[in-house]
Amino acid sequence: MTPDRWMVLAGGFALIGLIVWFFWLKRSRGVQASGTSGGYQEAMILVKGGYTPDTIIVQAGKPVRLNFRREETASCSDKVVFADFQKSADLPTGETVAVELLPKESGEYGFACPMGMFRGRLIVE
Amino acid sequence: MNDNAPVPPVSRPGSATSGSGGSPTHVRLKVGGMTCEHCPTKVEAALGRLQGVKSAHVNLTDAIAHVSYDPARVKVIDVVQEIRRAGFQAGTATVRVPIRDMHCSSCVVRIELALQLTPGVLAARASSLTNAVDVDYVPERTDFRAIKAAIESIGYRVAEAAVREGDEGVLDPEDAARQSEYRLLMRKFWLAAAVSLPVMALSYPDYIPGLREWMPMGSETRRLVWALLGVVSLPVLIWSGSQFFVGFWDGLKHRSANMHTLIAIGISAAFLYSVVAVTAPGLFPKASLAEVFWDVTDVVVALVVLGLALEIKAKGRTSEAIKKLIGLQAKTARVLRDGREVDIPVEEVLVDEVLVVRPGDKIAVDGAVIEGVSAVDESMITGESMPVDKQVGDEVIGATLNKTGSFKFRATKVGKDTALANIIRMVKDAQGSKAPIQRVVDTVSGYFVPLVMILGVLAFMAWYLFGPEPRFVYATIVLVTTLIIACPCALGLATPTSLTVGIGKGAEHGILIRSGDALQSAEKLQAVIVDKTGTITRGEPALTDVVVSKGFTESDVLKLAASLERGSEHPLGEAIVKGAQAKGLTLVDTQGFAAIPGLGVSGDVDRHAVLLGNAKLMRDRGIAIDALERDWARLASEGKTPMYVAVDGKPAGLVAVADTVKPDSARAIAVLNSLGLEVVMLTGDNERTAKAIARQVGIERVLAEVLPDDKAHEVQKLQLEGKTVGMVGDGINDAPALAQADVGFAIGTGTDVAIEASDVTLIKGSLMGVVTGIEISRATMRNVRQNLVGAFGYNVAGIPVAMGFLYPLIGLLLSPLVAAAAMAFSSVTVVSNANRLRFFQPKRIAP
Repeated sequence: MTPDRWMVLAGGFALIGLIVWFFWLKRSRGVQASGTSGGYQEAMILVKGGYTPDTIIVQAGKPVRLNFRREETASCSDKVVFADFQKSADLPTGETVAVELLPKESGEYGFACPMGMFRGRLIVE
Repeated sequence: MNDNAPVPPVSRPGSATSGSGGSPTHVRLKVGGMTCEHCPTKVEAALGRLQGVKSAHVNLTDAIAHVSYDPARVKVIDVVQEIRRAGFQAGTATVRVPIRDMHCSSCVVRIELALQLTPGVLAARASSLTNAVDVDYVPERTDFRAIKAAIESIGYRVAEAAVREGDEGVLDPEDAARQSEYRLLMRKFWLAAAVSLPVMALSYPDYIPGLREWMPMGSETRRLVWALLGVVSLPVLIWSGSQFFVGFWDGLKHRSANMHTLIAIGISAAFLYSVVAVTAPGLFPKASLAEVFWDVTDVVVALVVLGLALEIKAKGRTSEAIKKLIGLQAKTARVLRDGREVDIPVEEVLVDEVLVVRPGDKIAVDGAVIEGVSAVDESMITGESMPVDKQVGDEVIGATLNKTGSFKFRATKVGKDTALANIIRMVKDAQGSKAPIQRVVDTVSGYFVPLVMILGVLAFMAWYLFGPEPRFVYATIVLVTTLIIACPCALGLATPTSLTVGIGKGAEHGILIRSGDALQSAEKLQAVIVDKTGTITRGEPALTDVVVSKGFTESDVLKLAASLERGSEHPLGEAIVKGAQAKGLTLVDTQGFAAIPGLGVSGDVDRHAVLLGNAKLMRDRGIAIDALERDWARLASEGKTPMYVAVDGKPAGLVAVADTVKPDSARAIAVLNSLGLEVVMLTGDNERTAKAIARQVGIERVLAEVLPDDKAHEVQKLQLEGKTVGMVGDGINDAPALAQADVGFAIGTGTDVAIEASDVTLIKGSLMGVVTGIEISRATMRNVRQNLVGAFGYNVAGIPVAMGFLYPLIGLLLSPLVAAAAMAFSSVTVVSNANRLRFFQPKRIAP
C-alpha cells in the first residue's frame, strides 16, 4: 500500500462516517407550537428546500393548525401530505395554507411532499 | 380543503347593532358536524354558558340552532365562535363583492370596517388588487342588500356585477406555474445542449482525425482550447444546473438529501477535476491524467433538465380529470335582485337568492325549485343519462343542464359548499392521500440518497485501491456515474402519479374513491355484500302484473284500481297509479273513497263499486276469490305484493306491485362473479321476496330478514370467514355496515354525494359502479406495481453497473453520459406509464 492509497482509504471511511452522522444520526430538537386564543396550537412552516422548522411539537387532544408558506416552485413541494391523518393540502407558491389536524394520541407523525423529498415530523406529547 | 379556513374575525367594540337594551334578538344558525345524538346538548350547553344568550335550542334533524340573545351583550360572531369552539361548524357563507373606485389602502380598511360593523358579517377582506371584498357572513342574519348598503353607506359603490367575457381561456394558477416552469427548464436545456455538442467533440480530440494533429496531447493549444471549453461550460453549470445546487443547499440545511444532492455532487466533481486538469496539469503524475470532463457536466445537465421538463409536462396530464370537473362549473348565474334579472359571476351568488333558469342554461348552484317545471340533464354529476323532471320543491344541482322549461330556484348551497365543489375537493384530497404500499417506498427513500453517496465513496475507494491505471481518473468517473445514475425520483413518483390518474379516472366514471387506502383495499376484495333495496332494486314499488277474471279486460281492471288508488297516499297505491298512467290509461274521479286500515281501500268509480285489498277484505265482503288464489300464490312466491280487485261484488282480478330490479343489476353481478368475487345479498325483507330477487339477478347466497342494526354484524361474520369484504348500500341506513366492511361503497343521491362517510361513493345509482370501481382499483394497483418494480429494478440494476461491478467480468464500465440519459428517462418512463391509465376503459362484459 502506497501512502496515497492509505490516504484514500482513511478519507473514504471518514466521509462515509460523516454522511451517516449528518443525515441519519443527528436530529433536530423541534419547535413547540404556540397556543392561540381560539384553542388552536399554531405553527408557521416555511416550505423552501424543506420544511422550516421540520419538527413541530404539539400536545395531544388539542386542535393543531399548521400554516404552510411555500416560497419555491420545485414540483414535489406543491403538496404536503399527512399520511397518518389522511390529509393533504395544495401549496400554491407564495400563499399561506392552513392545515388543521386533531392529534388524539401521542406519538410521532410524519408529513412529507408526495415524493417524500421533503420530510417533517409532528411530535405529539 | 383548508384554504378556506375561517379568518379569525376582528373583535368589534361598540358594534352598530342597535343596542335596544334587553329586547332579545333571534337567530337561526346552521350547525355542521353534528353526527351524534348528544351533539345538540353539547352545543346548547356551550351556548348557554355564553353571557347574553337567553336561550338556545338545537334541532338534530335539520341541524339548526335557534338562539335568542341580547344584542347589547353578545354578537352573532360570538355565538358562531362558541359553536366552533365546541367542535362544530357554524354555517357561514362567503361572497365576493366587486367594488368601484377602491384605489387606496385606506379604502380597504374603511370598507372592511364598515362591513364588520354590519350585523351578520363575520369578517371582510378587501383587496385593491382584485377590486373586490370577500365577505364571510351568516346567511340567516344578513343578505346581499345589507352588505351592499353597508358599502354604499360609506360612499363606495358596488360595481355592476359584470360578467367577464372570455374567461375560459385563462389557466388556473397551478397550470400557469407549471407552464412557466416547463418553459424555463426547456430554455436551460437548449443552452446546455447547444454547449454540449462542440464541447463533446473537442474534449476527445484524440479520436478525431485533424483535431488530433492540431491539438496534440500536452500541447499548449490543447490546454487553451480546453480552458475555453471550461469557460463556455460555466453558464451551463451555474444557470442550467442552478436548481441542482439550490436543491442541494436547501437539502443540506434540512439534513436531507435528494436527487439534486446527487446530481450537484456529480457534476461539480466532474467540473472541479477538469478545472484542476487545465489550470494545474503539473499536479498529475502523468499527462494522460490531465483530462477534462466538461462534456460530463454539460451533457448530464442537459439530459437531466430535459427529463425534469418532460416530467412536468407528463405530470400536468395526470390531473386532467380534475380539470374536467372544474370545467363543468357554471361561469355565470342569472339572479333576481330588486325585481330585476341580472347576470353575475357564479362566485357572487348568495345563499337564499332566487335564480332564473331558461331552457339550455347551465344551473349555477345547488338549490330548490320554487316556480316552474322543467327537465334537467344531470348526467355530468349523477351519470343518469335520462333528463330528470323537476317541479316545485325538487332539488337542482349546480353545473347540470336545464333542457326544456324555465324555472326559478332558491340557492341553498353556493361556492365551496356545492355538490360539485365537494366532489372536486374529495377527488383532490384522495389524489393527495397515500396508498399503504407507499409507506414502504417512503421508508426506503428516506435512506436512499445517503446510501447512494456511501456507495459512490466505496466505489471510488475500490477503484483507487485496486483499479487499473489511471486509477484516479477511473475512480472519479465511477463516483460521478454512480451518483448520477441513481434515481430517487422514479421511486418517489411511482405511486402518487398512478394514484392521481386512477382516482381521477374513477371520478370521470362517477366513482369517487376517497383515499389511496380505499383504492388499494378494493383491489383485494373477495366478497361483496349488496344491500337489496335501492341497490339491486330501485327501492320503490312498481306495477308488475295484472291478472283478470273472465269477463274483465286488463285495462278495465287497472283503470278502476288506479282511479280508486288515486285518492290514497300509500306507496303501493302510487305504484298502481303510475303503472296505469304509463300504459296511457285516463283515470277518473272516485266518489266515497275509504281506506280500511290493514285491509285495503274502497270507493265508487265510474258508477262501479270497487274494492282493492287483501284476501281478508274480500272474504269480509263475501267475495269469492277461490279462482284467483293460485295466481295470488304464484305472484307472492315471486316476491311481489298481489292485491285483489273486486268490481260490483264480483272478483275482477289481481294487480301486483313489487320493488323491481334495476336494469343492469343482473349484468353487474355476473361481471362481479366473473371477476372472481362472491356476491352476497343482504336484506331486511322476508326470505321469499329476497330469494325471488336473488334468482332474478343470479345471486346464490342470501342473508334475509336481517335487522338494520345487524347488518354490520353480518359483514363481520363474512370477514371472520377470512374474506376481504366490500359492502354496497346507501350511505345513511347502512353506514355502520359500510364502516365495518373493508371497503364501503355508498350509493349516492343528489347533492349529498360527497357527504356521507364511505370509502367509495357511486354517484350513479347503478351496481355497475362497483364493477368499474374494482376494475379501476385493479388497473391502478397493477400500474403502481409496474412502476415500483421498474423504479426499484432500475436502481438495483443500474447502481452496481455504474459502480463497475461488471468491469472485472466483461470489461463493461458505464459512461456518465449514458448514466445521465438513463436517469433522466427512468422518471419520465414512470410518469408516462402512469399516464397510460388515462386510456383505461371499464370492461362491460356481457353475462
